[in-house]
Amino acid sequence: MPVVSYREALNQAMDEEMARDERVFLMGEEVAQYNGAYKVSQGLLAKYGPKRIIDTPIAEAGFAGIGIGSAMVGLRPIVEFMSWNFSLVAFDQIVNNAAKMLSMSGGNFNVPIVFRGPGGAAHNLAATHSQALESLYAHFPGLKVVMPSNPRDAKGLLKTAIRDNNPVIFIESEVMYGEKGEIPEGEYTIPFGTGDIVREGKDVTIVSWSKILQHITTKAVSRLAEENISVELIDPRTIKPMDWELIFNSVKKTNRLVIVEEGWPFAGVGAQISHEVSNHCFDFLDAPIERVTQEDVPLPYVHNLEVASLPNIQKVIRAVRKVMYLD
Amino acid sequence: MATKILMPKLSDTMNEGIILKWLKKEGEKVKQGETLVEIESDKADMELEAYDSGVLRKILVPDGGKAGIGAPIGIIAGANEDITGLLIEAPLFPQKTEAIEASKKESPTSLPLSPSQPGTTADVTDGSVKASPLAKRLALENKIELRSITGSGPQGRVIKRDIELLVGREQPISAKVLASIIPGGHRDVELSLIRKTIAKRMQESKQTVPHFYVTVEIDMEPTISFREQFNSATETKISFTDILVKAVSSTLMQHPTINATYLGNTIRQFGEAHIAVAVALDDGLVTPVMRNCEQKTILQINSELHDLAERARSRKLKPEEYQGATFTISNLGMFGVEDFVAIINPPEGAILAVGSIVEKPVVKKGQIVIGHTMKVTLSSDHRIIDGAVAARFLQDLKNLMEKPIALML
Repeated sequence: MPVVSYREALNQAMDEEMARDERVFLMGEEVAQYNGAYKVSQGLLAKYGPKRIIDTPIAEAGFAGIGIGSAMVGLRPIVEFMSWNFSLVAFDQIVNNAAKMLSMSGGNFNVPIVFRGPGGAAHNLAATHSQALESLYAHFPGLKVVMPSNPRDAKGLLKTAIRDNNPVIFIESEVMYGEKGEIPEGEYTIPFGTGDIVREGKDVTIVSWSKILQHITTKAVSRLAEENISVELIDPRTIKPMDWELIFNSVKKTNRLVIVEEGWPFAGVGAQISHEVSNHCFDFLDAPIERVTQEDVPLPYVHNLEVASLPNIQKVIRAVRKVMYLD
Repeated sequence: MATKILMPKLSDTMNEGIILKWLKKEGEKVKQGETLVEIESDKADMELEAYDSGVLRKILVPDGGKAGIGAPIGIIAGANEDITGLLIEAPLFPQKTEAIEASKKESPTSLPLSPSQPGTTADVTDGSVKASPLAKRLALENKIELRSITGSGPQGRVIKRDIELLVGREQPISAKVLASIIPGGHRDVELSLIRKTIAKRMQESKQTVPHFYVTVEIDMEPTISFREQFNSATETKISFTDILVKAVSSTLMQHPTINATYLGNTIRQFGEAHIAVAVALDDGLVTPVMRNCEQKTILQINSELHDLAERARSRKLKPEEYQGATFTISNLGMFGVEDFVAIINPPEGAILAVGSIVEKPVVKKGQIVIGHTMKVTLSSDHRIIDGAVAARFLQDLKNLMEKPIALML
């Protein structure tokens, strides 16, 4: 199987979909002339020209709104945010227009648009540029939220997102763009709402996604394996829709659940998972569900506090040991 | 969560404990399972482990102070947690506790039936048992009374492993491990809960109770023919153990000095014979207790022992069914063991080790004939029982076994 980087996988997905459907176009800051702030759109301007690869001014509300309008009248825009932090400037467009148009127009206007870009903390970007916003967007009916953790899923899920007839929030990771992984040969898509069992286990279930899954959770799981603690690691891949059955079946097997996410604790995605699991798996739980999240403060700039504030391997190990009554 | 550390019940006979030494200072971090404080009970000095992790926020009973069973002696909580509510609930030392008051009203012959360490059983103060939802469902499926289970989770929460241990679904560790030891290698086997309990109790007994041993040989011919006659007349087939339990109970009624427990300043002698019989399990042993055997017929003892032993092997005994004995009988005769000595199971004062019935030449009326004999060895707590007392007990037991018809009286 070919090995590609996360950014190449995203590039292939957009390239293939633009070749397949001429209504698909990309716009955003630096996506054309500069080949993308993170080089995700490398080579696309040369291939598809300035009508389909469009550099925008630094005006997120404006180009998000233009994208939504163009989607309403039949195009299939991909809108790149240089960072999901900047989407907050376009929040009203996404939440009040993209998410609600189908419902408020009585089914007359679909909004087939993909908003994509990197989310979460990278390194020393400080409080306003380090936010994990998935729980915020998952809150709104009408939005789908997708968070691939590897090149294979990034490509398969972005193709599905572009073909979806409704708005999709597609959250990537700046620190994963260069990371490589195998992808299937040829054309493939991954349906929304199908999670992935990253690692089978029997003692405890961990649900985790995106960069935290790759950089923190899998490492913690390997360490726990050395202590003979067998973790079943689940990557839901799409936050909304969530693959509930996969999680429920795993918890029914292991009787314990830890959710590891980058976002803040209050009303986070893990809080919702925790509710659904305690509701559907109540008689199977042997310990209270544990969550590992970012601390409930704006993320500090300084390195040591940044590390202490974000989820880390020790926090995950502690949570697992707690649900297993080992401490 | 802020929790009170309660004075544990460290022996069946303990009413109050003395704080010998706190091993943690106020404000110091405490991990679950860490030794927190040394406590002197009526029988021994014991270490109390923390049931929760946190910070030892308050010592309510200082070194040298006394507290009744269940009285708060300290508070464990988060470093910045508000514990004023608990402080109001738990008045500072010195105090009179209800536990002491209640124990004074106890009749002298009654044995406390509660589990020996109330701090580890599911908290039932508000009438409910703390258990994980899974444990509740498993208990229901296995028809196990949750209240009878000792929870190993935080604050005594009953969790999955407690139920599994009880229903024996967990493979005995020894069997699993023995199969996979590499020749010439070794393997460290984690102690099961039952193994831990045995280790702790036997060590405590052998280190604190001065044992001495007296052996007597019993002519079993009369008992053998008694049993044959008995079994030919009834549908139920009684065993030698049934007969022995009955004989021991009757003899104990004549020897309250043997049927007794050491309380430090007093000796408590019991007017009833609660007999425990050791039952071997794959990874340990349990001693189910038959109460008031002095009032029971051999047939009653037979059916009760049969039922208890069966449930002991399937690990379905309730705590009150394996606690509160006044005397224990341990029989290894079925393994061809001629005689052995047993370790006393505190707080009991003695234990009888029973060997096999051996066919051998004996002298009867000046003639060497083939006879059947059985050796029994009494291990006694020398603090309360002397050699001659033990010998007289065995003499009476021997006489009774050699004229078993008296058991029918």
